[in-house]
Amino acid sequence: MSASARNLTIAFFALLAAAAVSPMDFGEARFPQWLEIVIGGLMSGVLYSLVALGLVLIFKASGVFNFAQGAMVLFAALTLVRLMEKMPFVVALAVVLAVMVALAWLVERLVLRPLVNQEGIVLFMATLGVAYFLNGLGQLVWGADVYTLDVGMPKEPKIILDKVFEGGILVSTEDLVAAVIAGLLVAALALFFQKTATGRALRAVADDHQAAQSIGIPLNRIWVIVWSVAGLVALVAGVVWGSKLGVQFSLQLIALKALPVVILGGFTSIPGAIVGGLLIGLGEKLSEVYLGPLFGGGIENWFAYVLALVFLLFRPEGLFGEKHIDRV
Amino acid sequence: MNLRELEPGEVRGRVGDVILALEGVSLSFGGVKALTDVSFDVREHEIRAIIGPNGAGKSSLLNVINGVYRPQQGRVTFRGEVRAAMEPHHAAAMGIARTFQSLALFKGMTVLDNILAGRNLMMRSNVFLQALRVGPALREEIAHRRRVEEIIDFLEIQHVRKTVVGRLPYGLQKRVDLGRALAAEPRVLLLDEPMAGMNIEEKQDMSRFVLDVNDEFGTTVVLIEHDMGVVMDLSDRVVVLDYGRKIADGTPDEVRSSQAVIDAYLGVKH
Amino acid sequence: MIYRETGQFKTTYASDQQLFPILQDRVFVIGFLLFAFVAMPFLASDYLFRAILTPFLILSLAALGLNILVGYCGQLSLGTGGFMAVGAYAAYNLAVRVPDLNLLVVFVLAGLCSTVAGALFGIPSLRIKGFYLAVTTLAAQFFLDWLFSRVGWFTNYSSSGSVAAPPLEMFGHPIQGPAEKYLFVLSIVSVFALLAKNLTRGAIGRSWMATRDMDVAAEVIGIRPLYAKLTAFAVSSFYVGIAGALWGFVYLGGWEPLAFDVNRSFELLFMVIIGGLGSILGSFLGAAFIVILPIALNRLPTALGMPLSTATVSEVELMTFGGLIVFFLIAEPRGLARLWAIGKEKLRLWPFPH
Repeated sequence: MSASARNLTIAFFALLAAAAVSPMDFGEARFPQWLEIVIGGLMSGVLYSLVALGLVLIFKASGVFNFAQGAMVLFAALTLVRLMEKMPFVVALAVVLAVMVALAWLVERLVLRPLVNQEGIVLFMATLGVAYFLNGLGQLVWGADVYTLDVGMPKEPKIILDKVFEGGILVSTEDLVAAVIAGLLVAALALFFQKTATGRALRAVADDHQAAQSIGIPLNRIWVIVWSVAGLVALVAGVVWGSKLGVQFSLQLIALKALPVVILGGFTSIPGAIVGGLLIGLGEKLSEVYLGPLFGGGIENWFAYVLALVFLLFRPEGLFGEKHIDRV
Repeated sequence: MNLRELEPGEVRGRVGDVILALEGVSLSFGGVKALTDVSFDVREHEIRAIIGPNGAGKSSLLNVINGVYRPQQGRVTFRGEVRAAMEPHHAAAMGIARTFQSLALFKGMTVLDNILAGRNLMMRSNVFLQALRVGPALREEIAHRRRVEEIIDFLEIQHVRKTVVGRLPYGLQKRVDLGRALAAEPRVLLLDEPMAGMNIEEKQDMSRFVLDVNDEFGTTVVLIEHDMGVVMDLSDRVVVLDYGRKIADGTPDEVRSSQAVIDAYLGVKH
Repeated sequence: MIYRETGQFKTTYASDQQLFPILQDRVFVIGFLLFAFVAMPFLASDYLFRAILTPFLILSLAALGLNILVGYCGQLSLGTGGFMAVGAYAAYNLAVRVPDLNLLVVFVLAGLCSTVAGALFGIPSLRIKGFYLAVTTLAAQFFLDWLFSRVGWFTNYSSSGSVAAPPLEMFGHPIQGPAEKYLFVLSIVSVFALLAKNLTRGAIGRSWMATRDMDVAAEVIGIRPLYAKLTAFAVSSFYVGIAGALWGFVYLGGWEPLAFDVNRSFELLFMVIIGGLGSILGSFLGAAFIVILPIALNRLPTALGMPLSTATVSEVELMTFGGLIVFFLIAEPRGLARLWAIGKEKLRLWPFPH
């Protein structure tokens, strides 16, 4: 992380801490509440990161801003939930995985390959088209109702640290499990990228398409792999979010929130997606609780975006993004 | 054709006083030092060449002069105004125009529009008049069109004036780049490798253009060039850069026989 | 054979620079305008006016505005819906709180409100570029969404959150009926299209295109990026704001905040891209495409003899819409305007192949 990004993050957290402490009396009764909110915010941040991860992966490898990531999350969750009505969870999971890989292959063949040299905005609009298509398809095949997804995530909130604070702190076990899953996924991805040959090839492609091709890396196959991995990430995100909120159309709107996450973190950085997600999740929660009443509530609709906007004014490439030097 | 009006007090003669001076300019990107303590001056109406092996920092030097890059140290004096760094559009307003090594043309616009864009600085009518395209706005468009057509005649690109620039062959694109720079009627013209990628005839044409611009309109020319023949023929004085430092400064003959320059080009270790 | 320029010499720059230098073009355009203004009101059905022509015209105006920003100046914006909302709510508040104001004045003032909002949210474009800018325009969209639904003043404290536009009238003459509304909108849109064409042909249009194509070089030749980008945002928002006011007042009659949500922004962006970035004609073609497509898709199953349930139809519509967008982007990424230009080129040579 560069010096300015580090400073910004420190400043942000310092501000949060100040906000936490200032309107409160220093009595013990309020502090645990703040901690609850912070933990809750961080956890929802992890969930945002999950969706953002898919976006970053695809952008890194193919330079495409995949607006369909949200639709992919919804589609994966929808397919899983409906398949689970007919078969056990593990089997359904395997089938959905296969479906996402097939989807990746189709997208590469029908959308990416014909548009390979077009400008970014054209590719972006194409992914928008894919998003609409997936939405229609999902609703057509699986129906448009709200479905509950039960994958055995614990629903009971837990009380921790009840020895330290009176009454303890309420923590959602479900979110905790989700955070652990996300952490495992990131670790697995990191290992994949750093240690395997395919991972190396993916990083080469992310750096320079033409150079990668000239050393024999098959661009098309790489893209199928990347979109499949993004599909897997979408599936995990879909499972986690769907289990929490139910599988429904609005799941996609949450995915839209991944955009400011990616903005903050920079489009090409995986650690950026994580940090960005945490910052957004935390910022959103805190702002809703402390700033919300000033504005009459509902600010979490736009807070994430405004936060990203403010960050961008100081650092237009995002926290971890690559600085762009204009060479003339 | 009078491409540029004389300013009051300006004498049209050959080489005049110093119009542009760099003092102690140092520029680095991160850890890479592009320029180290470069100082030289340019006299009005002369043709000054900047030469040097690849990577010597020549383009960076031009970028410092017209404000695209900010030097970490040193200053640029132009027409008496001393600045540590300039904003590009301020440099343009003060009378510095340039062409680019990689063309940097507006690929989506026609030749006419590209060169007309070079005259945007001089256009004064506001949004509303332009929207209605009447009176002063219309007259201005036509007046500037007239001047631009003169430049197009000068550069002999009449036959492609309405072609979108992205479709033109390289040699013609280079002329459009030059035309766009000339459109601003600059005092100083910075040319970044104007002959790059050209064959003998195209180089002769371009050399003729450069000489004409300098001769007829008195425009001071600073050009980066690799072709030694061109440099020796065209320029009044030469600056030689190597690894971001100035290693020679003088007339073409002086520079040609300088040992430091010969070493630099032959790659002698130093 | 018909579409030849031979014999049409231009002896002045003014005539060379005119809007339609080729005689046949002039004839066609004048004929078309006559048809639109004079013949159409008698020929078209109420349904045609209400469902196709009027929304097409209003959305074309909005698409024109967005095209100025995205197509000519290269600044990607996903917040257009929000700026339409600004225009609509501004017009509503002006009409309701200052009842004697002339309708055109109301619309122009509403457009100016949108201009201010647009310029404000355009300021980040000086530092932020590309997709980053697009996402920050979403900040504008969502913030404005929230503003108009939370702050009661804008809706005159309506309990349901929706507003009803006052009846339209100009200089004492009420504008009722689909044909009259169509003519009203047509007049406004024609004038604005001409103004837009003039702007894009002039110095300011060149500064936009230069900023789009290579902003560093533009700065080097003296075009201030601040001026170019902010004027693009300002002019664009003006057009979009008036379109929003027209949409609410003339087409919808009354609206709720969702009428201008992020889906509207995407819809407009589709119009601009499918129609052709950086083309005035393209904005109209794209709007026509997007307006007619759902209606065509709706009619198609019954026309083919396969009646489907409404839910299925809308799902298939979504799929076809998405698929067509991808198909279109592959087939002609420069949009319908490019297809039109190619058509004209072929027509010039007809009946010869080359």
